[in-house]
Amino acid sequence: MSDTPTHHWPKPTGSQAHRPVTTEFPGFRFGLIAVVVLFLALLLFAPLVAVFAEALSKGAIEAVKSLANPEASSAIKLTLIVAAVAVPLNAVFGIAAAWFITKYDFRGKALLITLIDLPFSVSPVVAGLCLVLTFGANTAVGGWMVAHGYPIVFALPSIILASMFVTFPFVARELIPVMIEQGKAEEEAALTLGASGWRIFFTVTLPNIRWALLYGVLLCNARAMGEFGAVAVVSGKIRGQTATMPITIEMLYNEYLSVSAFSLAAVLALLALLTLTLKTLLEWRFADQLAAAHRP
Amino acid sequence: MSRPLINRSPLPGMALSAGITLTLLSLVVLLPIGALLLKGATAGFPALWTEVNTPRIWGALFLSFRLSFIAALINLVFGVALAWVLVRYRFPGRRLLDAAVDLPFALPTAVAGIALTALYAPNGAFGSIARDLGFKIAYTQWGILIALIFVGLPFVTRTVQPVVEEIEREVEEASATLGATRAYTLRRVVLPMLAPAAMTGFALSLARAVGEYGSVIFIAGNIPLKTEIAPLLIVIKLEEFNYVGATAIGIAMLVISFAMLLLINAIQVLSRRRIGYV
Repeated sequence: MSDTPTHHWPKPTGSQAHRPVTTEFPGFRFGLIAVVVLFLALLLFAPLVAVFAEALSKGAIEAVKSLANPEASSAIKLTLIVAAVAVPLNAVFGIAAAWFITKYDFRGKALLITLIDLPFSVSPVVAGLCLVLTFGANTAVGGWMVAHGYPIVFALPSIILASMFVTFPFVARELIPVMIEQGKAEEEAALTLGASGWRIFFTVTLPNIRWALLYGVLLCNARAMGEFGAVAVVSGKIRGQTATMPITIEMLYNEYLSVSAFSLAAVLALLALLTLTLKTLLEWRFADQLAAAHRP
Repeated sequence: MSRPLINRSPLPGMALSAGITLTLLSLVVLLPIGALLLKGATAGFPALWTEVNTPRIWGALFLSFRLSFIAALINLVFGVALAWVLVRYRFPGRRLLDAAVDLPFALPTAVAGIALTALYAPNGAFGSIARDLGFKIAYTQWGILIALIFVGLPFVTRTVQPVVEEIEREVEEASATLGATRAYTLRRVVLPMLAPAAMTGFALSLARAVGEYGSVIFIAGNIPLKTEIAPLLIVIKLEEFNYVGATAIGIAMLVISFAMLLLINAIQVLSRRRIGYV
């Protein structure tokens, strides 16, 4: 009684040995992996390490101390205020737009989707310029507001508007594909059972889209807190008043206050890492409930 | 004949959702862009042309476009390779690498800008090596190129990756059984399937790079005619209170953006006609 087969095929030799036809030579594979890892190391990982290395170059105490100075702390406060207003507004917009686009049939839908995507193809600096030309002190609206003591440009409202502009499509873009896929049969069933509109939304729609919504809000928040170009144009860069974290980083850097600039940058880098981690966890855990194609 | 403007639906919330959507869209996006176009229209084309038609501005527009094109091309090559490696190969750290690709989306541009400058400046970690070899990276067009590669890096990978995942291995097997070498299969079977998605990613990467400001201005050095990008000129014009000048450059950049948006749409329509998905 032997398990050994009674005959043997000739053993494949050389590079043919057990290599599936749908992959490349091991040497090529390792070479390609090495090239892309090197590319990412030089361009992605090195800058990330550099932020923390520069922040800690005079020791952790100096880094933390530089965050406690009034300029840095007011920048952190302003950035949090901006995100706290801009992100919920864009989330409400994203939900409303996705509901309107996916639950109803109307003409001009494709145009509406294109218009929602528009901010992605406009340079942030041009976005800032547009806001200055709309709400600046020498425009009708802006002038009236300045006369009544509430300037828009070079003040908080325009920073919020600029942050909203650049992050405008994030939530809508994440929700629309998910809601198209889910259709409206569940909502219509709830309607026939007598549920009100809000009840349908909170008990049927929201549970279906909550992870996609969280995903969109995460990306929206990261971009809103880190926006530089659009905010740089409209903020006026008044120290302690209209300088957000990225603007303050620029001012400190230009004054050769390297440790302070990089310490503040490290806080934003940590936020970026946290965003990436949560985003990746959502992708692993709830891939089926997120939009199929993740385009920026 | 033509379908009605709106089909009646029993689901409630239409007026509310339409109202919120159109109000915020108008206030945040359409009104400001309209104001830019109106400013351009009231200034008149001759005035705008006089503002744009200077060597400094042509230089900046040309520089922005040329370097963005090269950066997008480099991202095209590495993005396709990266997407292939992430989907097809198994190696330690693959998932970390996959997650890290989105770093340029998550990391604020100003942070990326000062970090890249710290690395590639003559006294930085990489810049000092280049200096010893007789090169200068930061404060030259090379520095701008590195920043533009950084911001456009995820686009090609993220558009190509889902397509690689959907390729049926049977197609590659069929090619192999017909006697094709692996290189021939990759070139004639796999790459054509990836091409439309790769081109979409290329165009997105290009569009992003042309408008990029934050990550570039720190590393660029901002020398007129040499390392001055178009968005920076808008900021400079605004600081001089030259609103017509800023508007002229802004409209020029908007036209470039729209041209690229049309290009992306055309690629998607064409490829959908050819193979059914992008």
